[in-house]
Amino acid sequence: MNMRNPELEAVEVHGITRSSFIVRGALAAGAVYGAGSVGPFVRQALAQSGGGDIEILNFALTLEYLEAAFYKEAAKIDDLSEDAVKAVETFGDAEQAHVDTLAGIVKQRGGTPVKAPAVDFGDLTSEDAFLKLAVTFEDTGVSAYNGAAPSIKDKELLAAAGSIVQVEARHAAAVRLLAKKDPAPDAFDPTLTEKQVLKAVQPYVKS
Amino acid sequence: MDDARPQDSAVRRIDSDPASRKKFLKMVGAGGAGAFALLLAACGDDDSTSSNTGTNAGSGTGSTSGGSSQFGAGDVGIAKYALTLEYLEADFYMQAAESGMLKGQALELGKEFGEHEQQHVDALESMLKKLGEQLPAKPKGKFPLDSQDSILNLAATVENLGAAAYLGQADKIKDPEILAAALSIHTVEARHASALNTALGKPATPDGGFAKPASMDEVLKQVKPYIAS
Repeated sequence: MNMRNPELEAVEVHGITRSSFIVRGALAAGAVYGAGSVGPFVRQALAQSGGGDIEILNFALTLEYLEAAFYKEAAKIDDLSEDAVKAVETFGDAEQAHVDTLAGIVKQRGGTPVKAPAVDFGDLTSEDAFLKLAVTFEDTGVSAYNGAAPSIKDKELLAAAGSIVQVEARHAAAVRLLAKKDPAPDAFDPTLTEKQVLKAVQPYVKS
Repeated sequence: MDDARPQDSAVRRIDSDPASRKKFLKMVGAGGAGAFALLLAACGDDDSTSSNTGTNAGSGTGSTSGGSSQFGAGDVGIAKYALTLEYLEADFYMQAAESGMLKGQALELGKEFGEHEQQHVDALESMLKKLGEQLPAKPKGKFPLDSQDSILNLAATVENLGAAAYLGQADKIKDPEILAAALSIHTVEARHASALNTALGKPATPDGGFAKPASMDEVLKQVKPYIAS
């Protein structure tokens, strides 16, 4: 909630400007006090950041790059079970399709798509390691989209984000089942703020 | 962030008690239950929030969503439509659990998913009541429950349809708080659908990388065979 949080300023993902953090700080405050109380400020901040939708799309694109790269690297793991191989292939293709679509929309709307971040998934050499990270990325993806989507202004983009987040949720449930975890642990999927999302993925982003 | 589950009783208590609701909002503000906090805020009785919701909700013409005449226009109409579907889902899982056909993991999943649907019912009912709206009539469900297999297949059908139904309304919801709540329910329906598809040996993502929405008319047509009255 504190926009001068040192932790927040230390987190940087290429292509995401600080102004977007200010917007998200306001949105995070909205989660605590009720969006009605900060609505006008959020709208103003979005206007000042110069095209909130494109920034949100670029943020989503960063996550999709990360997910797509993750499944590509996971495909190199020896001895994955048949179900895991299927998940890696199918879900990896979907994430790549999300990357292509989001980058296309950003360009189409006159923006510049962010570059793919350099990634480091550590010791990604076993099915256990794959499943652990897959659950983290997919659950985080769901919460990131659900957190950002209400501030998307263009209804067409909102529909696209909805279509993508449903697929992320389906991935999340499927990899959770493979990891022998509850596929749907809550009646309401939690949202994450930008700050929380960046913190969750920071260990896997090198630049 | 993934295994913290709000307790049902706590949720009900918070919902009915403004003081503990505020405490809850503070508590979850930095954590993962943001969407739920937004939902509660949307249902809340603090002046700025409810007046904001009241202004936006129901202000739509409803002309963009076919079949809305049954439920009324705008966000309120969408909420009534969603609640009708949730009534049906909750009823289905309750009848399924009572049928004695479900065993082992299928029974566990059925009970858990049914509990989720009941929580969606409670949240949507509470939201409509706080907006001063009438609740839609509870449909009386009739479901073929003659084997575990038929129950699981019907569950998968219902959940996939439910996910498509929420997706079909997402871009029509005007109030950001109601939208946040709907999105948070939407992805849970998607998780249910994916788990059930997987259990049945079907693809978790039948539409590939982009899920398809379903219109109100389409959904109502498909659930009609399961409504007795």
